[in-house]
Amino acid sequence: MTSFFEYAIEIAPVLLRGASMTLQIVALAIVLGIALGVLVGLARVYAGRTAYAFCTVYVEAIRGTPLLVQLFLLYFGLPSVGIYISSFWAAVIGMGINSGAYQSEYFRGAIQSIRSGQMLAARSIGMNRRQAIQSIIVPQMLRRALPSWSNELMYMIKYSSLAYMIQTPELMAAAKEMSAQTFRTFETFLLAGLIYLVIVAIVSRALMSLENRIKIPGL
Amino acid sequence: MLLEGAAETVRLTALMLALGAAVGLPFGVLHVYGPRILRVAVLDPIVVFFRGIPSLVLMMIIYFGASEIGLDLSGFIASILAIGVRSGIYQSQIVRGAIQSVGSGQMLAARAIGMSKWRAIRFIVIPQALRLALPPWSNEYAGVLKESSLAYALGVTELMRQGRYIVARTFGNSLLVYTVCAAIYFVLVFLGIRLLRKVEQRFSVPGFDAAPQGRAFFGRDLESSR
Amino acid sequence: MTDLTLRLEGICKSFGSLSVLKDVDLDVNKGETKVLMGPSGTGKSTLLRCINLLDPPDTGRIWLDGREITAKGINVDEVRSSIGMVFQDFNLFTHLTALDNVRIGLVRVKGVDKKTATDMAMEELRRVDLAEKAASYPAQLSGGQQQRVSIARALALKPRLILFDEPTSALDPELTGEVLKVMSRLAEDGMTMVIASHEIDFARSAADEIVFMADGRIVEKGPPDVMFTSPQQVRTRDFFRRIGERH
Ligand SMILES: Nc1ncnc2c1ncn2[C@@H]1O[C@H](COP(=O)(O)OP(=O)(O)OP(=O)(O)O)[C@@H](O)[C@H]1O
Ligand SMILES: [Mg+2]
Repeated sequence: MTSFFEYAIEIAPVLLRGASMTLQIVALAIVLGIALGVLVGLARVYAGRTAYAFCTVYVEAIRGTPLLVQLFLLYFGLPSVGIYISSFWAAVIGMGINSGAYQSEYFRGAIQSIRSGQMLAARSIGMNRRQAIQSIIVPQMLRRALPSWSNELMYMIKYSSLAYMIQTPELMAAAKEMSAQTFRTFETFLLAGLIYLVIVAIVSRALMSLENRIKIPGL
Repeated sequence: MLLEGAAETVRLTALMLALGAAVGLPFGVLHVYGPRILRVAVLDPIVVFFRGIPSLVLMMIIYFGASEIGLDLSGFIASILAIGVRSGIYQSQIVRGAIQSVGSGQMLAARAIGMSKWRAIRFIVIPQALRLALPPWSNEYAGVLKESSLAYALGVTELMRQGRYIVARTFGNSLLVYTVCAAIYFVLVFLGIRLLRKVEQRFSVPGFDAAPQGRAFFGRDLESSR
Repeated sequence: MTDLTLRLEGICKSFGSLSVLKDVDLDVNKGETKVLMGPSGTGKSTLLRCINLLDPPDTGRIWLDGREITAKGINVDEVRSSIGMVFQDFNLFTHLTALDNVRIGLVRVKGVDKKTATDMAMEELRRVDLAEKAASYPAQLSGGQQQRVSIARALALKPRLILFDEPTSALDPELTGEVLKVMSRLAEDGMTMVIASHEIDFARSAADEIVFMADGRIVEKGPPDVMFTSPQQVRTRDFFRRIGERH
């Protein structure tokens, strides 16, 4: 039996292929999540009563149920009404919808922390509501939400492992497959865990330096 | 059958939270009052580890790692260990934050009337900190409840697996079955949080603001498990 | 008639059951500086916000350069872009540099192209002696500098009229001077201004007329020397005596 180190090198290519699938899922899901999050966050502050109610139901339904159920509904549930989604896209859409609900809360919190004078001043120079939201509120909201947003990215990376349970061939699935071949299950998952840790560490470092780079004094 | 699954889910959640509390409280206290070297060399790396690794992977590592050393854990126990300890690390952060917001004046005052450091922690700081910790803790409850669904992967017959069995056995409408599962989770989260709010109110002390206004429906702390 | 910039007629405004403005009439001629004074809570801020329709009046009519802006079908955004407003707490856009704060209205509201807008914005920054701070963010500026940038932001849109709501009361005494200096210069240059302020010395030297308000009404108005030395109303006299004691 080879040492852990040799074994690691042996199975690394397969695991890394899985990891690249993980990153693809996360990247697509986070984009979908931002789009939903910004829209829903803005709608819950600025839109009318119906939109508010609708968005609130969405946010609380997502936050009140496990991501796993949401993925199962998309992948195993929808086919019973004739809608078929591939496991990859089920993972992307499921995680995106999930992330959108949480992100909308970051954005909403960020908007509410912007002082009301900003809107007032924007209106006083003749901007209409849409212009004021677009060029004054949204830029400030995005910067304020950045720290919680990098948190969100960590969460997405970690929870993308759930895609394994709807048969997406990502990192977890690759680990499972390798251990079925080599019977060295413990070491394989340990290695997968290390890869997750490294990805999370790199991404969080990168985001921190991004945060510092686009930092605005006083915001 | 789904209700049996729900009962198993509740059992899992309760045990995970209990283990988490047992780990989290001492860890949190040590984090604030323990020696600096312990914090930097041991506690911080542990926190980083548990925040960076997916719970699902952690479950696998514990489950298969135990059998590696000849210990045959059931899926039930392995999931409780993994998510319980994970939750313990999060809870230690909640406790830490709560202790820190109690403020050092309380500690000073306790020392001034002649309490030892540990007595002051035990009788003055912790009772206040636990009150402050309740709101974020109810968020952690929701997180653990949701994460208990991961025990599905180790074959535990909790709510999700019961759902799966029903779909398989009856060729039932999977959309319907999983929607019912989701609804059960939602109700459990909702009821649990209502209950914890009651507890909060029960232990609230006039003038001691443990529950600031403007809280979201499911607790204001957004860092929650999925 | 030609030089009447602003006319208010019978302005009333309530918040819920609280009646804040009660039948206010006021005319402001082109190039005139009017200073609103009066006890706290009498509705000076509310009046200013009625004028640029940030808080539209409940009843009453407002004309700007002969056009009724309280009429139906008026584009309020366009009206606001032709009335400048300077706030007590500056309200500079925190995510924008001084230059961008001044420029954004030109680009986003007036649709001026970026290069022309930059030149125009720099011109206004120069007018408030802050050209060298163009690249600074609000948090990097002193209160006085922030307020001058916000004056430049208002000036950039070439307004018919500028409203000032206690522009110096959030400032340390040593910083009020630089802001008042800029405002005096604007008054000399013939800018039309309505200013809520407690600065007696400034009012004496720069105002064409002092408007004294109490309890949501205009109690008395007149030129500064008359108002400060021999006001007709008891309330006016009491108020100025109390303010005078503080100086
Ligand atoms: N948006 C609002 N909603 C409810 N009440 C308001 C609102 N704005 C102002 N008020 C009330 O209207 C009254 C007049 O307020 P205003 O700010 O106009 O007074 P002011 O003369 O500017 O006083 P100060 O010198 O303190 O600035 C106050 O009683 C205030 O509480
Ligand atoms: Mg005021």
